[in-house]
Amino acid sequence: MDKNGAIIHLEKVCFAYYGRNNVIDELDLTFHQGDRLGIIAPNGSGKTTLFHIIMGLLKPCSGKIEIFGRPVQKEKDFHSVRRRIGLLFQDADDQLFSPTVLEDVAFGPLNIGKSKEEAISISRRTLDFLGLSGFEDRITFKLSGGEKRLVSLAAVLAMEPEVLLLDEPTSGLDGNTKAKLIEVLTGLDLSYIVISHEYDFITAVTENIYTIENGKIFLDEDLHIHQHEHVHRLGKQPHKHI
Amino acid sequence: MIQEPFAIGSSWVHRLDPRFRVVMATVFSIVVALSNHFPVLLAAFSISVILTVLARLNLREVLKRLRVVFWFLLLIWVVLPLTFKGNSLYRVGQFTITEPGVMLSIRITIKSTTILLALMAMISTMTIVTLGHALNRLHLPEKIVHLLLMTYRYIFVIEQEYQRLLTAIRIRGFRSDTSIHSYRTFAYLIGMLFVRASTRAQRVHQAMLCRAFRGRFYTLARFKPSVRNWIFSIWMAVVIAGLIVMEINGYG
Repeated sequence: MDKNGAIIHLEKVCFAYYGRNNVIDELDLTFHQGDRLGIIAPNGSGKTTLFHIIMGLLKPCSGKIEIFGRPVQKEKDFHSVRRRIGLLFQDADDQLFSPTVLEDVAFGPLNIGKSKEEAISISRRTLDFLGLSGFEDRITFKLSGGEKRLVSLAAVLAMEPEVLLLDEPTSGLDGNTKAKLIEVLTGLDLSYIVISHEYDFITAVTENIYTIENGKIFLDEDLHIHQHEHVHRLGKQPHKHI
Repeated sequence: MIQEPFAIGSSWVHRLDPRFRVVMATVFSIVVALSNHFPVLLAAFSISVILTVLARLNLREVLKRLRVVFWFLLLIWVVLPLTFKGNSLYRVGQFTITEPGVMLSIRITIKSTTILLALMAMISTMTIVTLGHALNRLHLPEKIVHLLLMTYRYIFVIEQEYQRLLTAIRIRGFRSDTSIHSYRTFAYLIGMLFVRASTRAQRVHQAMLCRAFRGRFYTLARFKPSVRNWIFSIWMAVVIAGLIVMEINGYG
């Protein structure tokens, strides 16, 4: 993988939770501007851990991390990383901690030094963009699951990040909200990494799909031709699968 | 679940600046709590009633909330008249009902209902969120304000988690009784709830860090200035000053 011009570059990164084997074991990853990649891997394979390492929430025990061309190590180094990379958490309730929607979305912009007026106008714009206008004064914990997800996405987008890390964004969503999410993501001019268990979703929003095995990340490049028997109604009629 | 039945309304009190209401309600409550003379207490009580009427609170909800103190007061009425020393009013066998005991009970009753009504009229006519912001603007320590707001935000989540755990044990045939098994199960339940709350707190903190949180909160709330606020404040200030003067002069 070419290291030049990479936004995120991990080299031989290891990580272990206390008293367990390495979840992430000498993992290499290079992520470029404009890349849209998906990760499908079994539970407990370290996908979320990988995201948390990139954001500096977890410290790797060894290896090198370079983000936007600069090595990052200490908590302070990650401050600028967190402004430019947005992480969407698996559980929207972790992310929405303010009582009202507008306050929650404005939280990030206010933290990066925007004035109150700017923060409010950015937040309104982001909510509009996601089709959430009129949600400003809604109480966050009284939103439905799908609304919570979209509001937490708005909260991340309001920081105007250059890269998004999406941790199972479709979990617990119905078909409509999923379709909406696909529409939003493909319409964004952003690079992102998506973790998901849903094959249909991940192929709709990403170009390359990776998998994590034994703590390392692999490109799932090969098309695997496979056959399987299946049943469905009207199956006796001649038909094609594409 | 926490309900805020009084928070939404358009009465005169609702439209007052929350900061003025918080300050006045606090001062008023302290004065009432420290007063001892009956005329002062009765005057304060009628002020509370007037405020409640002005706030146009639903009478049934008000009574529902007063009922909570009622049980506490009942306990006082049972205990104090019998245990206080002083002139006896009435004697039944071994029990003596004393005058100071009864007087104290009456005082406590008036004081607590007065303060409760005043708080209902002035404080619970705003949402907890607004209260948080008002306290913030009054320069209360940020930690306290955010403790209040975060508790309010996550108490629902923790409640949901509690319900989920409860369903999980019920669905496997658990029925509470006085056996060791039952106690142990409840201990596990509570322990699990603490563990979950703490990991939740950790994740929330991480999510905040990801949004560039550096330990300082900003609030979007802005309160509109209005003449109404000053009229209310002056009126309350005069009332409170009157109560203090009456109390100090030992009137009554």
